[in-house]
Amino acid sequence: MPVEEIKGQKIWQRRSGRESLAHWVMWLIGVAVFAYCWQQISASTTWFFVWDAPRIADDIWTRATPPRWEYITQLGKPIWDTLNIATLGTIFSLILAVPVAFLAAHNTTPSRFFIRPIALLIIVSTRSINSLIWALLLIAIIGPGVFAGVIAIAIRSIGFCAKLLYEAIEEIDQTQVEAITATGASRWQVMAYGIVPQILPAFAGIAVFRWDINIRESTVLGLVGAGGIGLQLSSSLNVLAWPQVSLILLVILAAVVISEWVSAKVRGAII
Amino acid sequence: MSELHTLIGKPWRKPSFIKRPWLRWALMLGFAAYLIAAYMTIDVNWSRVYEGLERGKKFILAFTSPDFTTRSSDIYAGMVESIIMTIASSVVGIAISIPIALGAARNIAPLPIYLICRSIIAISRALQEIIVAILLVAIFGFGPLAGFLTLSFATIGFLSKLLAEGIESMDKVQAEAIKASGARWTQWINYGVQPQVMPRLIGLSIYRLDINFRESAILGLVGAGGIGATLNTAFDRYEYDTAAAILMIIILIVMALEYLSGVIRARVQ
Amino acid sequence: MLRLEKLVKTYKTGDQALKAVELNVPEGQVLALIGPSGAGKSTLIRCINRLVEPTSGRIYLGDVELTGLSQGNLRRERRRMGMIFQEYALVERLSVMENVLSGRLGYVGFWRSFLRRFPQKDVDEAFRLLDRVGLAHMADKRADELSGGQRQRVGICRALIQNPALLLVDEPTASLDPKTSRQIMRLICELCKERGLAAIINIHDVALAQMFVQRVIGLRFGAVEFDGPPDGLTPDVLTTIYGEEDWEATIAPVDEDEVEAAE
Repeated sequence: MPVEEIKGQKIWQRRSGRESLAHWVMWLIGVAVFAYCWQQISASTTWFFVWDAPRIADDIWTRATPPRWEYITQLGKPIWDTLNIATLGTIFSLILAVPVAFLAAHNTTPSRFFIRPIALLIIVSTRSINSLIWALLLIAIIGPGVFAGVIAIAIRSIGFCAKLLYEAIEEIDQTQVEAITATGASRWQVMAYGIVPQILPAFAGIAVFRWDINIRESTVLGLVGAGGIGLQLSSSLNVLAWPQVSLILLVILAAVVISEWVSAKVRGAII
Repeated sequence: MSELHTLIGKPWRKPSFIKRPWLRWALMLGFAAYLIAAYMTIDVNWSRVYEGLERGKKFILAFTSPDFTTRSSDIYAGMVESIIMTIASSVVGIAISIPIALGAARNIAPLPIYLICRSIIAISRALQEIIVAILLVAIFGFGPLAGFLTLSFATIGFLSKLLAEGIESMDKVQAEAIKASGARWTQWINYGVQPQVMPRLIGLSIYRLDINFRESAILGLVGAGGIGATLNTAFDRYEYDTAAAILMIIILIVMALEYLSGVIRARVQ
Repeated sequence: MLRLEKLVKTYKTGDQALKAVELNVPEGQVLALIGPSGAGKSTLIRCINRLVEPTSGRIYLGDVELTGLSQGNLRRERRRMGMIFQEYALVERLSVMENVLSGRLGYVGFWRSFLRRFPQKDVDEAFRLLDRVGLAHMADKRADELSGGQRQRVGICRALIQNPALLLVDEPTASLDPKTSRQIMRLICELCKERGLAAIINIHDVALAQMFVQRVIGLRFGAVEFDGPPDGLTPDVLTTIYGEEDWEATIAPVDEDEVEAAE
């Protein structure tokens, strides 16, 4: 009731009395929650360190510059490992994500009440856990190394790829599928002729997009021991070799930029 | 008809996606060579993996009997810290993102401001959370403050970029109509731009809240606060039942957030 | 050759799309199905090849009862019924040739079709059909590069390569301009005559239907209201099918040579 009559005059307000009260209460609660959060963070912070931070930052900066360029000769193998973790991990995850996506899309799932929820559970659980945690877990199980990194990336990507893919499957043009069915094609032929051609561009886009993300993620997997350039980063940090750290960060930055460029190029070529 | 005679009896092959045969073969051979090379350089200790399968089975079984109680105080403290970092960093990150997004939208910002804002976004997006966290822990010391700052910083890159894209693709006519009424710049933003991008801002904010929570779970690995430290300890001690409990809580919260974001996004649209 | 007995379709929402439809189509007859939107024309056609499951009633194709066939046997019978769609329903990202050959899917095994290694006689037949509709030079173009009329020709080839006994045609001209519409209708009717096919053509355009077919069925609220030759469509009949309207301008002055051509 935004228009009210007060003393015979019509007064327009953006919100009615009750609405604006609710609005204010919401803001109040929001501010209170934030204030509480901040107080908690502040309570567990040693403020002496924080006031000292500019000096420390400056100190780190002077130690880290210039980067130790000759260290790059030792980074060849780690970079190669990082690339492999991302690429092989993406390939494995796609192989696993395709069936999961078909089981999760409501127009292709064989059973809406039994199999679909399981597929959705796989998607949400692999997606909500970071690849570093998967890596930690896999290192505990199969030991440190590149292989653990590949599997960690693969598992983590299943949910992401399967989610985007099953959304693409649900968006397909159903009449094309109907037309193939009407020719007397079998279930698998309907899949190969009616559905696959429609989702192929989306699939390629998802694959390249995820590969780009995986390059980023695999650069840091080494921090927990799962191979790649992160391993060098972690050992350099442990001995406080800041010039090496700055070089590694530059290399990671370059890798991220290059992979983003490649993925944009490839996606442009596909679509 | 003559054309038909030339076609009949000839086998038909699907034309290839890549027209030039040499390029097609070069790409296929190159990829195969890469795969072989990659496989050769990964040395997998298969006996170690085989031993690990037993532990893997134990871990999966742990999900059937997660242990919430033994380390309940650690789990509780870690979770609360994660949630606090998530909320605080989302609020601060979003508040900072909005002016940067306005500055990074070419249709409302002058060129110098546009370039500055775009470079802030580029830096924030190029650096990953965990690396930023390592640096901030080195500078500010251990604790949730480093995590809070990391997540705020990461939120800026994500939210400003997507919000700026939203502003750039808004309907120009509506904004012009407001300008034509003689509105000042702030009024123009408030009446012409804000209503158009508000649903997107809300949707993105909730999505980012979700991402911040997931990321806050790993910041503990480098000492930046949150549940990650507890999780790391659980893995180190091979306490799979505790780890399973933590992972289940994370998954549940993420699912709840996703559900919530679906509901809210449906309401604002 | 095709016989429908008391065909009923009730949707889950409770809408009764077909109410005990009885229909008998002899060998080689081309008939048009007219009626307002929502009269159940599409449902009727889709019930015949069971893209939509009928609720009750029987459908016979020759002496085979289609209702109640198992999935495998249904697939075998579907090969005898070619279907042509309203919005062409070509698989847009496949080439013209692949679209035509997809009509043979019911005859070849999965791997053969997956690797696109169709038998040579299928490929020859596909070229012959494409040549018949004037698109042989387009074989390797992608379906979404074609114009509406061209796409519908490819759709016709896909239906005919099945070597069907019956064509089910769902609004073949709904998204085409008037000239192309006529060309497509003429092509369908000519091909039916050449091959002695029966066809059920579901069509909006009454004048176009009158021009080409030997028999018209009028459907209203899922029941047959009219069954007779095209010149039996008087304004009164059209009013019972569609409702009150001035019909004089709609009914085509029956063009003598067009009728001859169609018969």
